[in-house]
Amino acid sequence: MGRYLLRRLVLIIPTLIGASLLVFVMMRLLPGDVVDLLIGSELTLSAEQRAGLRAMLGVDQPWYSQYLTWIGGVLSGDLGISLRSSQPVTTLILQRLPVTVELAILAALISWVVAIPLGVIAATRRNSPTDLFANIVGLIGLALPNFWLATLFLLITSIVFRWQPSPQWVSPFEDLRTNLQQVIMPTLTLSAGMIAVTMRMMRSSMLEVLGQDYIRTAQAKGLGDRMVLISHAFKNAAIPVVTVMGVQVGNLLGGAVIIEQIFGLPGIGWLILNGIYQRDYPVVQGGVFFLAVAFVVINLLIDLTYAYLDPRIHYG
Amino acid sequence: MADQQVGQALPKSSAPSDRNAPLVVQRNEQLEVTRRLLRHPLGFTGGTIVLLFLVLALAAPLIAPFSPTEQPSRRLLAPSSTHILGTDEFGRDILSRIIFGSRISLQVGGISVVIALFIGGILGLVAGYFRGEVDGLIMRVVDIMFAFPGVILIIALAGILGASITTAMFAIGVVYAPLFARVVRGPTLTVMQQQYIEGARVVGASSTRIILRYVLPNIAAPIIVQATLLFSTAVLAEATLSFLGLGTQPPDPSWGTMLGSGRRYMEQAPWVAIWPGVAITLMVLGLNLLGDALRDALDPRLRSS
Repeated sequence: MGRYLLRRLVLIIPTLIGASLLVFVMMRLLPGDVVDLLIGSELTLSAEQRAGLRAMLGVDQPWYSQYLTWIGGVLSGDLGISLRSSQPVTTLILQRLPVTVELAILAALISWVVAIPLGVIAATRRNSPTDLFANIVGLIGLALPNFWLATLFLLITSIVFRWQPSPQWVSPFEDLRTNLQQVIMPTLTLSAGMIAVTMRMMRSSMLEVLGQDYIRTAQAKGLGDRMVLISHAFKNAAIPVVTVMGVQVGNLLGGAVIIEQIFGLPGIGWLILNGIYQRDYPVVQGGVFFLAVAFVVINLLIDLTYAYLDPRIHYG
Repeated sequence: MADQQVGQALPKSSAPSDRNAPLVVQRNEQLEVTRRLLRHPLGFTGGTIVLLFLVLALAAPLIAPFSPTEQPSRRLLAPSSTHILGTDEFGRDILSRIIFGSRISLQVGGISVVIALFIGGILGLVAGYFRGEVDGLIMRVVDIMFAFPGVILIIALAGILGASITTAMFAIGVVYAPLFARVVRGPTLTVMQQQYIEGARVVGASSTRIILRYVLPNIAAPIIVQATLLFSTAVLAEATLSFLGLGTQPPDPSWGTMLGSGRRYMEQAPWVAIWPGVAITLMVLGLNLLGDALRDALDPRLRSS
């Protein structure tokens, strides 16, 4: 396991370098001059002032030199300075990280609690009303745009229940009750798509496992249905479900960008999107790269879980 | 085992020595696929939904009761016999905007898929055809693209390039191109190990001819399935971008834009935010159902249980 872990750790280094290059190149696609972007249209600067500003920002250097400066900063935890708030991007991200982490963890938990049992039940009672219900949930869950679902949630709670959560973000450690009131709708919205994917995967994986010879052998040995289901079928059926979780984390992070915006939650998604609206590019660059790194690391952890669950994968 | 699998899915038309018989086999296979598709109840429903939107898009000026951008009535009118789905915050007919909106949705979805297919398809073909170092390099780049959550990359790219329908199509197409590179590379690798490829090489066929004549037709099934499923993802991505103000710009009637701007008035006029959402959900549902059915019809071995 140690060697496997080490090999996987080494393998993510080129991926992260590539991801940093991609983010860097993407930011250079910006139309127009960065100096114009920075000063806006109100000010006019002389050629010397412009050159001075370019030198200060480091954009007069060749691209590889700019990249090395940026990546050197990233390695020491410096993601640059926000053009609008003049605060370090790393600080801004760390301030907003708890919001996104809470949303993602709660949404993932809700979706597993709902989707896994529903998928198992749908598979064991194939073609029953429960199975039909699960299928409908799966199909609609995949097609529902999360921003529409969020809008409908807001509509229902404000019109029908005349209820609106506190607009100012409250940490769960400060006031758990207020915090949960704030995150309940966003997490339910975020979990909807994940419920659909996980449930469909769990159902089809379970159906496949239930048709295997070893399940019949277990039943023939006289094991009870529940025992066969839990100790033989479920563990094996869960393996493909774990692998799609990696992709799901990406969907969660992407979904969080939109959901945080709609519900006014100050998370990393909200930071990136407002960075885009305000053309605060160091924030966008740092935020997107941070999420890419988080995504790669989470996927590594999921792969390791997968290796643990599936004895056919060699650790060596 | 791999040979056997491909052999089942492949039209025998690929054998260079046999030119006439294969066409019949191919035609029969197409008929068989169509038959399977029509008998697939969910696929039939999905196909009907997509077809309906296609008709709406093509015949929009004939079907829509009002212009999508003119303001014929008072703002935020409730649904009535004149305005079946009500009017929006500018007094425009919501039904007409939804009908015209299907044009934007299909256009962005279609063009993004073509961009993704073109870039990703070429990368996948080159990687699978030439193998070795070229394959290694291309697939590393693809892996790096997969290190980003797609939606975030699309939002960032569209935001950086400037909000418009063109950048939306470009961003969606480029971000999903690696998906096609993977979908195309795998089957290409398998096809390249077939004897008929060796045969074509022996008779002196060029790489371009081998790819166009023998590889492409034999890897079409997974591409078609993936393209349909990606179409629904692209429709959703366009709606998301437009909802955030980073895609189609007002006054063009994109469903996402309608929802994004209508949201502010939803307490007084919920219909403004409800109908565009229904349209997006229906279109995505239709495309997903069609994609699943196509997968079942084109490759019965992958049939979902």
